[in-house]
Amino acid sequence: MQAIKIKNLRKSFGTGWGKRVAVLKDLSLEIKENEIFGYLGANGAGKTTTFKLILGLIHPDQGEVSFWGRPASDFKSRSLLGYLPENPYFYSYLTAGESLDFYASLFDIDAKTKKERIDELLGLVGLEHARDLQLRKFSRGMLQRVGIAQALINDPKLLILDEPMSGLDPMGRKNMRDIILKCREQGKTIIFSTHIISDVETVCDRASILVKGELKQIIDIEDILESEDNIWEIICQAKHFEIPQMLEKEKTEVSDKDAFIHDIDKTVSGNRILLTTSSKNTAYLLMDEVQKQNLNLISFGPRRKNLEEIYIKSTGQADQKGQKESAR
Amino acid sequence: MNKIAAIALNTFRESIRDRIFYSLLFFAVVLLAFSMVLGNLTLAEPVKIIKDFGLGSISIVGTLIAIFVGIGMVYKEMEKKTIYVILSKPIARWQFLIGKYCGLSITIIIEVVVMTVLLFVLCYQYVPQIPFTLFYAIVPIYFELQLILAVAFLFSTFSTSFLSGMFTLSIFIIGHLTKDLKMLAQSGDDIVFQKFANGLYYVFPNLENLNFKARVVHNLGISLPEILFSLLYSALYTAVILILAIFIFERRDIP
Repeated sequence: MQAIKIKNLRKSFGTGWGKRVAVLKDLSLEIKENEIFGYLGANGAGKTTTFKLILGLIHPDQGEVSFWGRPASDFKSRSLLGYLPENPYFYSYLTAGESLDFYASLFDIDAKTKKERIDELLGLVGLEHARDLQLRKFSRGMLQRVGIAQALINDPKLLILDEPMSGLDPMGRKNMRDIILKCREQGKTIIFSTHIISDVETVCDRASILVKGELKQIIDIEDILESEDNIWEIICQAKHFEIPQMLEKEKTEVSDKDAFIHDIDKTVSGNRILLTTSSKNTAYLLMDEVQKQNLNLISFGPRRKNLEEIYIKSTGQADQKGQKESAR
Repeated sequence: MNKIAAIALNTFRESIRDRIFYSLLFFAVVLLAFSMVLGNLTLAEPVKIIKDFGLGSISIVGTLIAIFVGIGMVYKEMEKKTIYVILSKPIARWQFLIGKYCGLSITIIIEVVVMTVLLFVLCYQYVPQIPFTLFYAIVPIYFELQLILAVAFLFSTFSTSFLSGMFTLSIFIIGHLTKDLKMLAQSGDDIVFQKFANGLYYVFPNLENLNFKARVVHNLGISLPEILFSLLYSALYTAVILILAIFIFERRDIP
């Protein structure tokens, strides 16, 4: 069953003098029940806008959103979800306990359950000691934890988390990942946006890549893990490495389709050089060249392609397309 | 209903923890104390001066509180981004607005009650009897404050705090002048001015309808139906403004 169904969602904002900029372009997406879905995209890609549309905070130009078949425009359907905004802001004069009590009172929860939930959630996020402390005295990481606690106050079926790992220290990030995984065990569906690709690889079932308001790709994380699509890496000790003339020459002449030469990537860091390519043949040609130039080889071998490479390729292609369009 | 009460309680808690509220309340107490000095300096009955000045203080300080807390009601929530978490819960926007409005109404009740008690104590020092007739002026003042609060609230749904404050203050001033302006226009021959004054009179709330201060202080006759009519007028006006605010807020994006 689908937890969220987004159909042809489009949103633009006015920039003055009657001009409008499209922030989200015909987004269609379905998120399955009980999955963890990563929503990847650069700043300004439209991730928060999508969440705000799902929550009814902003109105779409066109398209529709539903949760388990109930339209998102019906405010009562929000009783099914919990939301953690990016850098959450709360009433600073309230204590953590008062804050959770206030948010709980916006649901139809009886007093006994409310008290139990507050105790349980303060324990879950490790804030029992700060229960009676006003939120204005909280650090950013602590506020993030209050944020996740309030998002879980109604024991929601769907959790929407906007950059949940931001502002957290490594331990805090691990705790957040554990909370997300625990929520899935409880049968919840989770969608979260992030810049941190490793977090998506660690916890997500699927991820999508949003570039400038357009959905570029939906990736099954399992597919990446099982993929035999490798990246070849050569690390050698040197300050300079010239990519062979032959490869350089062909690089300019070959078409976009030819990945044989097109994929060489060189990164220089101090006296180390990292060469990567998706082609085995190119990798061996480069190895020959490393030996010819008498460089000190540190490592050479294939590595599994990760989500970061897919993400960078996806956003890179979109950038190239954008540049071509603007050049026209 | 519980959700509206939760928002109202939270808003009330927020506003009474705001320093502006206490500053204005302190200012009100100073004004009342000053009325005592003024009462002693006059040749007329000091208690009349105290009543006059005291009622004026309740009205002015109440208006300032209504404007200062009312203008930030929605805009501040958006500016501080606290609104995102609230509106992501199953609460309708109208419930949020009405809750906020009720919370601030309670704040204004507190201001009016505190000042009324002080005024009564002060009057009692001069004439040892409780001046219940002052309620004929105080209750309409409270209704006027509710109307001003609704106006501030309306502007707050689509404008910044500064502009909302300016607009609300303008409406407060115009609302007290339209009756005089209309009379002035009718006494002249300028048709354009007459139409303009009439326009202002019918579009803006006539706040002088709720001003019974002078008549109460000088014991001039006031009929109960007259007061009830004024209160009904004010309540209806407030309701219409609130409905308009809800209409705007329901349709706007929370960026």
